[in-house]
Amino acid sequence: MTATTIPVTERRLPAFGGFSLGMIALELRRLLRNKRTVVFSVIMPPAFFLLFGSSGDYQTERVGDGNVTAYVLISMAVYGAMLATTSGGAMVSIERAAGWSRQLRLTPLKPAAYVAIKLTLAMIIGAVSVLAVNVVGIFFGADMPVGTWIACAVLAWVCALVFAAFGLFMGYLLPSENVMQILGPGLAILSFAGGLFVPLDTLGHTFATVAKFTPVYGVGELARYPLTHDGDVWVAILNVVVWTALFALGAMWRFRRDTARV
Amino acid sequence: MTLTASTDVTAAGTGQPAVHLDGVVKRFGTVTAVDGIDLRIRPGEVVALLGPNGAGKTTTVDMLLGLSQPTEGTVQVYGRSPQDAVALGLVSAVMQSGGLLKDYTVEETVRLTAVLFGKPRSAVTTALKRAGIADIADRLVGKCSGGQQQRLRFAMALLPDPELLILDEPTTGMDVGGRREFWDAIREDAQGGRTVIFATHYLEEADAYADRVVLVRRGRIVADGTASEVKSLAAGRTVRATLPGAELADLTGVPGVESAEVRGDSVYLHGRDTDAIARYLLNQTAARDLEITSRNLEDAFLTLTADEETPA
Repeated sequence: MTATTIPVTERRLPAFGGFSLGMIALELRRLLRNKRTVVFSVIMPPAFFLLFGSSGDYQTERVGDGNVTAYVLISMAVYGAMLATTSGGAMVSIERAAGWSRQLRLTPLKPAAYVAIKLTLAMIIGAVSVLAVNVVGIFFGADMPVGTWIACAVLAWVCALVFAAFGLFMGYLLPSENVMQILGPGLAILSFAGGLFVPLDTLGHTFATVAKFTPVYGVGELARYPLTHDGDVWVAILNVVVWTALFALGAMWRFRRDTARV
Repeated sequence: MTLTASTDVTAAGTGQPAVHLDGVVKRFGTVTAVDGIDLRIRPGEVVALLGPNGAGKTTTVDMLLGLSQPTEGTVQVYGRSPQDAVALGLVSAVMQSGGLLKDYTVEETVRLTAVLFGKPRSAVTTALKRAGIADIADRLVGKCSGGQQQRLRFAMALLPDPELLILDEPTTGMDVGGRREFWDAIREDAQGGRTVIFATHYLEEADAYADRVVLVRRGRIVADGTASEVKSLAAGRTVRATLPGAELADLTGVPGVESAEVRGDSVYLHGRDTDAIARYLLNQTAARDLEITSRNLEDAFLTLTADEETPA
């Protein structure tokens, strides 16, 4: 209409609903600026590994194809990936509280692209977390065949998708700016319940049975399987699939309510 | 009482109004926030949506931006649905509060908007400059003052180079200096021919910056005209008299009366020729105890926007 603005015929919508590398790069930079996220996902899991897994006894005691230190290493990689992806997904809670989600609705960014970006970010910091634990493990006595090592790390990372969905669900469910203060301890409890910190067979039969229904169990069992060749793989896979579906459905349900809330 | 701007709502030669609200109603449960608004705004107009808090301004703005759907009626922006207009960058907005992440820097926030609208880096620099925040580009948003954050929102709104810029109570919480600076930036920008709609409850802002003032009260438009037309509503005076048992219908029939009110035994008659009204009251009715006062802009605003059920 005026000489100064762009004619409507030359205005274009962004590709992929606004999902772009540029946005991911900016979001990643902001994520790394948040010290709590960095501590939770990059510093705490390797520290836990050193604390609980690197003692001399563990380095000599064997489990499957490796030593106990390797076993603890995988568990801590799973724990790190879990914390990282959950906090990645839970970013939406902070953004909703700040009114940022509303601001984004004044841009061409499609809601589905926004969710895809959050999941991508969650998986990126999940990968960083798994990598951090594994690098520390190389120098502090973990021992298993290279192929096993890689398989375990990849499984720990991929299965953390459950928790990216969980974080997203919680992010939409809890409108709190301190959502990770609730989710952090929650994840620790789930990790105990799912046999990530302490092997389930040391905790009694009833507890071990209940544990199989908790969301951390499947991820832990699967990630350790290349090392231990032990446990019920199909139960673990079923556990991961069902929990991912439940959390994803929950996130979708809240997400729809959020975008339709007008 | 309602003034109407000229009916030619489109700019000469172009067939399309910038904004077209047709019978728009918005209800939240039992509360009716917007109660039947018809409004056309021409491209290039600077329009103030003026009204007290709770008049339905923000609800109207939300519908213009596609953030909420009208319960009844239709909203069009440049002939499109608000969502489409927003996605294409035809319309953008500076919202009242929120909408910023405090752990981004000023520049990153604008750059993110640029990425989403597919604009180059140079557009970021331009927007920062035009909003007057190029000097604080590397500051974290959380460390910016309210006025600086508002100018950041303005920079983000400028990025898509919108045809229509909507400002919702843009200067709330700013001090006098910040307010003036903000409006200077907006005014400079509007000279390029951008359509601007701003919601405000500050009379002086509407008076100083708008070509057209739309007065909203309880979800309805009560006056619509140029700033001077609306101001002329304030040109009249008020005759107050004690007249027990007066009927509103009789009073509005009195020659020269533009509007009338009955509060208990008192009647308030507004009009330009208050002498004639006073003469009529004294000669033809039992009215006594007359007072004549002149109205100012504030009174006109209050009269036009006052809530009938809770007289001031």
